[in-house]
Amino acid sequence: MSAAEARRRPILRMIAGRLGIGVFTLFVISVLIFLAVSLLPGDIAQQVLGQSATPETVAAFRRELGLDQPLAWRYLDWVGGVLSGDFGRSLANGRPVADLLAARLGNTLFLAAYAAVIAVPLAVGLGLLAALWRGSWFDRIANVATLSAISFPEFFIAYILMFWLSVRMGWFPSIADPGASPRLAEMLGRAFLPAITLVLVVTAHMMRMTRAAVVNVLGAPYVTMARLKGVSRWRVVTRHALPNALAPIVNVVALNVAWLITGVVIVEVVFVYPGLGQLMVDSVTNRDIPVVQACALIFAAVYILLNLLADVLAIATNPRLLHPR
Amino acid sequence: MLLNIEKLKVEARGEEGWTPILHGADLQVAKGEVVGLIGESGAGKSTLGLAALGFAQGGLRFAGGRVIFDGTDLLQLPERQRRAFRGRRVAYVAQSAAASFNPAWRLLDQFCEGPAIHHTAGRAESEDFARRLYAAMHLPDPQNFGLRFPHQVSGGQLQRAMVAMAMACKPDLIVFDEPTTALDVTTQIGVLAAIRQAVETTGTAAIYITHDLAVVAQMADRIKVMRHGREVEDAPTRRMIEAPAQDYTRSLWAVREFRRPPRTLPQASAPTIGIREVTAGYSSLDVLSEVSFDIPRGATVAVVGESGSGKSTAARAITGLLPPRAGSIALNGTPLPPRLAQRTLEQKRAVQMIYQMADTALNPRQTIRQILSRPLQFYLGLTGRARETRLHELMEQIELEPARFLDRLPAELSGGQKQRIGIARALAADPEFIICDEVTSALDQLVAEGILRLLSKVQDETGVSYMFITHDIATVRAIADEVVVMKGGRVMDKGLRSEVLDPPRHAYTRELLASVPQMDPDWLTRRIAEGRIAEGAA
Repeated sequence: MSAAEARRRPILRMIAGRLGIGVFTLFVISVLIFLAVSLLPGDIAQQVLGQSATPETVAAFRRELGLDQPLAWRYLDWVGGVLSGDFGRSLANGRPVADLLAARLGNTLFLAAYAAVIAVPLAVGLGLLAALWRGSWFDRIANVATLSAISFPEFFIAYILMFWLSVRMGWFPSIADPGASPRLAEMLGRAFLPAITLVLVVTAHMMRMTRAAVVNVLGAPYVTMARLKGVSRWRVVTRHALPNALAPIVNVVALNVAWLITGVVIVEVVFVYPGLGQLMVDSVTNRDIPVVQACALIFAAVYILLNLLADVLAIATNPRLLHPR
Repeated sequence: MLLNIEKLKVEARGEEGWTPILHGADLQVAKGEVVGLIGESGAGKSTLGLAALGFAQGGLRFAGGRVIFDGTDLLQLPERQRRAFRGRRVAYVAQSAAASFNPAWRLLDQFCEGPAIHHTAGRAESEDFARRLYAAMHLPDPQNFGLRFPHQVSGGQLQRAMVAMAMACKPDLIVFDEPTTALDVTTQIGVLAAIRQAVETTGTAAIYITHDLAVVAQMADRIKVMRHGREVEDAPTRRMIEAPAQDYTRSLWAVREFRRPPRTLPQASAPTIGIREVTAGYSSLDVLSEVSFDIPRGATVAVVGESGSGKSTAARAITGLLPPRAGSIALNGTPLPPRLAQRTLEQKRAVQMIYQMADTALNPRQTIRQILSRPLQFYLGLTGRARETRLHELMEQIELEPARFLDRLPAELSGGQKQRIGIARALAADPEFIICDEVTSALDQLVAEGILRLLSKVQDETGVSYMFITHDIATVRAIADEVVVMKGGRVMDKGLRSEVLDPPRHAYTRELLASVPQMDPDWLTRRIAEGRIAEGAA
């Protein structure tokens, strides 16, 4: 093994370890999802076929769904399908679940990315400024404003924005369907209201963590040292403090981005936005089990993946781990 | 005059408004002159040193006076213009290089930052200058040394790298703030030589802040003694050392003269603590290798060595916090279970510990009464009247008035008083053996001497045995009956104090003793001339 390889090894081993844990977590969650769904009250076949179905048709349908098989076997069947990319067919309309998901997942990721691209730089920037001018009016206003935004329920913010920017001003549509394939500018305009609602909800958390992490580092002797070298305050914050405060910030950003993908059902409903959250809620109502399972699994995977990414980034920003002795 | 600080007043924000900590201090430094600033902690040395950069630490403000650097009063300048002086005309070397280098930056990038923001040199030019300085400071592999991160470099090397960084813009004045205090003596001497050489070859002026008289005697042309934010005395180095004018200065000089008379110890059948071939360490690393020594009953055994020699690991093994991999530890001849959890209450009671940092070893939210009551109740089951009586006895033993101190919080006590509470807490368990882990190294010399006298008195009264972990030879000479010299996890020499030290028996002990700065201002010059300073030593 070359010297360079030997030096990189600890971090590679650490990343491999995290990946392994992530895969294991996903496996445990898949079992939990499957058990939880199978514990849902009511017979699915009965539900789908309606009260008038004869016992024979119900039994035949159950066989077709595989519901007469033992639980473990059904789980293996499902997981085997998922691993080969087959999520099964929707019970409601018979279409492949994968097709249903694909469109919705794209919408969800678009909205999450839209909100994140605004919220993350905004929150980190505000946090840095608040740390730079801590105790000043700017610090206080930024704190109060972002805290107020997070304190209102998101549907409330959504309706307020809709009332002013859509109903009164008519600048943005209140129904935010990005449509089939419009131009990007049009998509951005249509999804503007839900995106800005989400920005208002997630900014406070990330901003406060950025501020706290940077302020914490600003007390370090090497920050004083930088100032004694004649470094300006802004450069001290961005070049000396921020690199050492990245780990907690990255973690909070990851949590919030994960929430933007998986936790936005209410905003989707308010703006009638065709995302994954709505699909999942509809599917629960319809007892469309394969879709529910697939959605839950995707959400879990997103959470695990983003947290994994945050872990790896946090490790990568630590020179002690990146450059061992 | 390069720097002229006149009647400088600095105030600190307290609970009741601003309180003065510098009461009109003066300081003059001529071009190329080295001025030593000494005094105990809280004397205002660092505050005065930082004022030379027009800088007040958080919670402090300038409240009057002038800081005239090369004709400009820094205090009258707006922050932006003061910044132009910092690093370029006046540079700073901090006490702990390990904490003062940004852990996320390579050393060379930190070196080049100053020249870059002050536009004194281009990147290639300052990299080249850095390499030359690294070489002059005897740093290993000077071509590539700067590519390392701070954690990849030893403490002594890091401190030298910081001296190099201070010189990056070729400043007229460098403020050295206790640059060797955190280092072992054997490392310190190399850094002192590097600083001396740097100052001499570049002709820069310097303010050298320290609490160690012997160190300042080597470095300074002139010494200023400070106390409580005021100047006590200011004189050329030789005159200050040979004929100090003020009582306070004389008392500083006298501190090192505390000597406990040699004693004959009672012969006991078994030592209080017997350590036999103990090997211990963390993960795969052995920090202690087959270490054996005894702590005789009623004796003080000093364990000396540099950081990393295994002194503190030995203490952790004895207390059961770090179970040894091999070997045994006996209390009064009876083997102790290796793990703390396996030991009986009685065994735990017998072994107590006093820590280096009394600040962090005392719970800040508990009153002294609560802190001392806990061991009384836990080990001895004392409650009510009996406990109160014992509390008073303990306070009297450590020479703090019970009525005044029992209901205070640790934050309301001075460093020396806190350390006394640490001693009382150990004594509360009525122990047979106390491990004193660098208990005086965070204290000023006068205060430290008081603690040493107290520990001697307590030993005479109670017959308790001490294991005294220290890196300070003066402390060893003051208090130890026996000495164990450690290096690299092994015992180099052990025996009675006089056998081990007078004259030093083992080669390593000789090196250790020879590295301890002497009051003689020519000591460092002689040592450099002898060529005995290990070049590039870690």
